[in-house]
Amino acid sequence: MDGKLTQINGPLVRAELIEACIGEQVRIGKLSLMGEVIGREGNIALIQVYEDTESLILGEKVESLGYPLSVELGPGLLGQIFDGVQRPLKDLVQISGDYIPRGVNLPALNRDKKWLFETNSNLELENVVSGGMSLGIVKETELITHQILVPPNSSGTIIWLAEAGLYTLNDPVARIKNEQGTEELLYLSHRWPVRTPRPFKRRADAIAPLITGQRIFDTFFPLLKGGKAAIPGPFGAGKTMIQQQVARWSDADIVIYVGCGERGNELVDVLETFPQLIDPRSKRSLMERTILVANTSNMPVVAREASIYIGVTMAEYYRDQGLDVVMVADSTSRWAEALREVAGRLGQMPVEEGYPAYLASRLAAFYERSGRVHILGYEESVTGESRNNQGSVTLIGAVSPPGGDFSEPVTGHTKEIVQTFWALSKELADARHYPSVSWTESFSEYVSVTADWWVENVHPDWLKLRSEALSLLTQAQELMRIVNLVGPEALSSEQRWVLEGADLIKEGVLQQSALDEVDSYASPEKQFLLLQMMLVIYHQGESMLTIGMSVQALKKLPLLITAKRCKSNYSSEQTENLKLFIEQIKSDFQKYRIEYAQELL
Amino acid sequence: MRRSSYEGIDFERRAVKELEYRQATAAHGGLLFMQTVPGIAYGDQVIVTDHRNHKRNGQVVQISDELVTIQVIEGTDDLDLERTWVRFLQKPFQVSLSTDVLGRIFNGIGKPRDERPPIVSALKRNVNGSAVNPAARAYPKEFIQTGIAAIDGLNSLVRGQKLPIFSGSGLPHNRLLAQIVRQAKLLGEESNFAIVFAAMGISYSDALFFQNNFESNGVLGNVVMFINQADDPTLERLILPRTALTVAEYLAFDEDRHVLVILTDMTNYAEALREISTEKGDVPARKGYPGYLYSDLAGIYERAGRIKNRHGSITMMPVVSMPSDDITHPIPDLTGYITEGQIVLSRELHSKGIYPPINISPSLSRLMKDGVGKNDTRDDHVRVANQLFAAYAKAQEVRNLASIIGTDELSEEDNHFLSFAHEFEAVYINQGEEHERSIFETLNIAWELLSILPASVLSRVSETDLARYHHWEGLPRDA
Repeated sequence: MDGKLTQINGPLVRAELIEACIGEQVRIGKLSLMGEVIGREGNIALIQVYEDTESLILGEKVESLGYPLSVELGPGLLGQIFDGVQRPLKDLVQISGDYIPRGVNLPALNRDKKWLFETNSNLELENVVSGGMSLGIVKETELITHQILVPPNSSGTIIWLAEAGLYTLNDPVARIKNEQGTEELLYLSHRWPVRTPRPFKRRADAIAPLITGQRIFDTFFPLLKGGKAAIPGPFGAGKTMIQQQVARWSDADIVIYVGCGERGNELVDVLETFPQLIDPRSKRSLMERTILVANTSNMPVVAREASIYIGVTMAEYYRDQGLDVVMVADSTSRWAEALREVAGRLGQMPVEEGYPAYLASRLAAFYERSGRVHILGYEESVTGESRNNQGSVTLIGAVSPPGGDFSEPVTGHTKEIVQTFWALSKELADARHYPSVSWTESFSEYVSVTADWWVENVHPDWLKLRSEALSLLTQAQELMRIVNLVGPEALSSEQRWVLEGADLIKEGVLQQSALDEVDSYASPEKQFLLLQMMLVIYHQGESMLTIGMSVQALKKLPLLITAKRCKSNYSSEQTENLKLFIEQIKSDFQKYRIEYAQELL
Repeated sequence: MRRSSYEGIDFERRAVKELEYRQATAAHGGLLFMQTVPGIAYGDQVIVTDHRNHKRNGQVVQISDELVTIQVIEGTDDLDLERTWVRFLQKPFQVSLSTDVLGRIFNGIGKPRDERPPIVSALKRNVNGSAVNPAARAYPKEFIQTGIAAIDGLNSLVRGQKLPIFSGSGLPHNRLLAQIVRQAKLLGEESNFAIVFAAMGISYSDALFFQNNFESNGVLGNVVMFINQADDPTLERLILPRTALTVAEYLAFDEDRHVLVILTDMTNYAEALREISTEKGDVPARKGYPGYLYSDLAGIYERAGRIKNRHGSITMMPVVSMPSDDITHPIPDLTGYITEGQIVLSRELHSKGIYPPINISPSLSRLMKDGVGKNDTRDDHVRVANQLFAAYAKAQEVRNLASIIGTDELSEEDNHFLSFAHEFEAVYINQGEEHERSIFETLNIAWELLSILPASVLSRVSETDLARYHHWEGLPRDA
């Protein structure tokens, strides 16, 4: 259906376009710019344009395409960098040079590449297949075996199935006939509309923690595979670094990193460093499990709004293959601002700080696409399949509150939605305490669930030590208030030792340098041992105080600084050394105790 | 009503005639409204000729089937609508590009301000530029030695970075910038550098200060200046940084130069944006600034960087003056979210007579981690920087405490921190305008200062560093 342009106002245009549905894709003008219908007023369609509208002329042709914004899903996604409408940016460089041109339409996935398709050997002709079932596999990277899925809305009897062999995305691999008798060809890839969540069988309980290798998260404020987390923080608090650490080290199968309205150089950093980084578990390049979506802050604002959905749809697709996917969105504030910009130009009534009234519901709907699920097609499959019956999408959204004010609308609404809240603090960042996650403002509702995992896999005392450490930190904070009023002399020896104990935990456990090769990743066991070590020192010191050793003398013990350095002196493989050192600490204290007792005599 | 326009050769080349109309229906502030005419495009440049035959520049900012909205850079004051002609140039704002721009002074739309002829070149580019494909960018990691310890040692600048200076009225950001321009190494393998100086709404004396400074350093031949003074049209400030950056991109990526872009003052820019957005009736977000301020600023800042397989680079140092010294004000706040760090000047240090008055606690360089270290500066650089930051933060706590309970009550360790903080400000930060320090000097001074503190409190540096550089001569450690 064709129409013509009647109004241009930045990224928002109006066109006479009858029968256009809301959400439908359009192409505008001789440049063929991509846009989406977001409203109708009589025969006028309101269109948001994903590209810069400069030089558009009134009366230019507008063509509606009859389908909503959708992404291509199939082998070849991994290792790619896409823009906010899933154009492959590396290929775009080959075609149009260093700058992003307008109106260029490129398929997301390579059409020429041949993939080795291994047909599911249990499938036979006349078998009935339905959405989500696996037709076979393609080895996408060394790490990831890609299941070729029947599209969620398709089903029927197999009347032809390709043999194992090399196929491009243009070659059909199966033909099915549905109940109405219509035949459909299935390919290695299919398309899915991004604003519609991909269906699953039913939700499952999230039970396993997402191990990020970061002590403040895993030990103190854990996140589950299938959970949702937010990282709010003012600029300069280290948000980006934290997200990159999570993307680097978390024990998920797939990581999708969406740079939404952020710096171009940060994405380049990921693009340049990830291929060289080795995943600690699989020993393969991290890029083999990573997909990047980039809408940098200078790219069109409407595509920014789309980029989040592009990312989460790809995440759901890999989830449907029985994999654990983590999606990191940096930053959801820029996405909300894109909503605000469009709403403002539409003249919609602003509620808080110019944001439209539907901000909260859009945010909630987005985060609700996370979760652990029983995947579609697994249970119906008569033939058995070579994949997990569950998959998960974990969503981690960065929030950039203006002025670092957590009471602003995006942070406020997000806080109500997520279960893990990693609040970054400007004060900690200014003191170069990284990661600058505040232990007073952050929370995790998953602690009791993760405790089961830690007890089973690491140590039965995990929950106890965690609470001890947190209570020590809280006590220290209260004591510091007194110190700031009347000075440290007002504190008793025990109280001053509490301050020292909190310092041990801060420096020896909480602070973790992303740039230190040894310290960048800590295995759960190393995390536990470090925590245990600091608490052993604290308790031993406490008992020394009771027999009259002074705090000053305790603070001068050389083992304090050695303990603080353990995190970067021993890697996750050298946990035996940590255990030895803990024993050493205990026997050292025993020695001091005897010396002290002798002195007293 | 329309009159045809014959502009000699130009006319022959054009597919469509230039269009000139007299249908303006309303004007207020910087906006001129007229009935829609066919064939005009969004973003087109417009020439508005008033009844005295004076020409003003404008741009199409909104089109509907009834009305065209034109933003007039010089404003719409005393326009007689019945006798005003509006000519649509059928092209967006463009700037002519040639190496002849070096040594010249222009206004915001690229017209000469130095009474010399305009630049003639077949190469013209749209001032809005296009977004660089992230996949084509190269990650900036070449250390630039500015010779200023507070920057090199703690917040290192790298080629292709955008690092703003957050300042306030009366603080010496201009002197600091001039010193950086004077001292910065690696900005140029000699003739291979260029400075693009973009001034928005600055005073005549500030403009002159920079001009004299460039002249006395003998770099004037490598400088392009775009100047819009405080009494020049406000809306010109909206287009000026874009013109300047188009020239910078040309010098960097066509001519292989390492370009330093100085934008001063971005607060004036943002205020001009607020002025016009209010007139257009845009929904305000914070403090009356439009919701798209972030995207708009990003469109400017993100033009810094490096591109693979091209030799030049654009390093950007914008000045943002914080209204009422408030770092959470929307302009510094949004800037900080886009740029790769910030250098924050402090009124407190300034009034103590410390120059440069850089407050290191809120200052940051995000690209430092890859630009310094073993192969670039010195192995201990990152750790020393972290240690200085941490020690200074701890010293601030001690200072607060001392102001309550007095220094006599402080522990011995706390007293070490106090003297560290004092020396750090007096020696490390306060290096003076004429002194240039190499990075090795900077790091050595840092170790001198860290030696005021016992090794037991220096947990950010490694044991090897301590053995090599630390020489504490206080009380024995095993007391």
